[in-house]
Amino acid sequence: MTAGDHDYHDIPGTYVFDFDKSHQGFHLNMFCMSLLKPENREAFLADEEACLKRFPMTEAQRQAVLDRDWLGMIKLGGNIYYTAKIAATDGKSFQYVAGKMCGMSQDEYAQMMLNGGRSPDGNRSKSEWQEGDQ
Amino acid sequence: MAKILAGVGTSHVPAIGAALDSGKADEPYWQPVFAGYKKSKQWLKELNPDVVILVYNDHANAFGLDVVPTFALGIADEYAPADEGWGPRPVPVVKGHFELARHLGTSLIFAHFDMAIINEMVVDHGLTVPLSLMCGQPQEWPFKVVPLCVNVVQYPPPTGARCFELGRAIRKAVEAYHEDLKVVVFGTGGMSHQLHGERAGIINREWDNRFLDDLTADPLRLTKIPHTEYIRETGAEGVETVMWLIMRGALDDQVKEVHRHYHVPASNTALGHIILENV
Repeated sequence: MTAGDHDYHDIPGTYVFDFDKSHQGFHLNMFCMSLLKPENREAFLADEEACLKRFPMTEAQRQAVLDRDWLGMIKLGGNIYYTAKIAATDGKSFQYVAGKMCGMSQDEYAQMMLNGGRSPDGNRSKSEWQEGDQ
Repeated sequence: MAKILAGVGTSHVPAIGAALDSGKADEPYWQPVFAGYKKSKQWLKELNPDVVILVYNDHANAFGLDVVPTFALGIADEYAPADEGWGPRPVPVVKGHFELARHLGTSLIFAHFDMAIINEMVVDHGLTVPLSLMCGQPQEWPFKVVPLCVNVVQYPPPTGARCFELGRAIRKAVEAYHEDLKVVVFGTGGMSHQLHGERAGIINREWDNRFLDDLTADPLRLTKIPHTEYIRETGAEGVETVMWLIMRGALDDQVKEVHRHYHVPASNTALGHIILENV
């Protein structure tokens, strides 16, 4: 086993933000971080494509942002703490984004959390998930 | 001489800060979250520490991906609340303690903990929400803060064992400090939460409570937990809980649990809180 070859890859529905992801998503994430400045948030809302062009991310990453494809951004190297800046700019909450990523409405997701959250039982290994779950 | 009197573990969910700042703390959803800190606020007020060493992680607000320090110590005179994308929290500026921070940074590096040193930084909910939970809404924070940032965003975070050893080195450094200071260490973040992916929303009440039990009963077991176990059992972002082991390492071998609070949910997160005193 070499460093970087990790057993967390067996956890379903989970994209650990390791060096591979960080490397892949660097420009996407640094774009997200630019939204910490109010003037950049305004500029983004005024012309999303122009703002995105200033960051040398891939076309797929750019499209995922435009589509607000939250899971797609994660799969393309986005980190949730970074992509959450786009959600904040849109006035959306973490629960809205989390719900979207697991195919639930914000209300359904919030209710799941009120019921005690998602159990780890049946969610520890990819072998426990049916094909098509992810 | 300075002395570490106690340790505090607490989650640092951003929505808790937002609830408090927007006057929603008494709403039925949030009331049980804050109720568990009533005793803690009184306890901290009576203890009246001079300095809190606050272990937390930044969430893409002070640090980007350009440089990711594993351990970073703040030596600044003050730290402004960060704009995390929805404007800065309306909370007081956090005052640092340069003299103690300088001593800590020097001692830790000579003890082979190669800290990154921060001269300027904004502080996000990871640092300010624990202050709000433990102090309420004062005009000024009632103590000075030495921030200790840990990378838990980009894998791998430091190991539990390394965090615990860093805690021990912090304790040794504090005890060698010339001035009589009462110091409390906060370990923050966690507990169960996963914010991303199709598995978002994982909560493992049993695992979290076993962790809380063993902070007193068997902290050395906790230092051996691999990162993958945190991620698998408590969610990818639940690995933050490893930071509590810095706090635990800074305390005596024997400690007394004086308070515990556990509540699900605070937004996406299992809120955990504990107070440990040296006996």
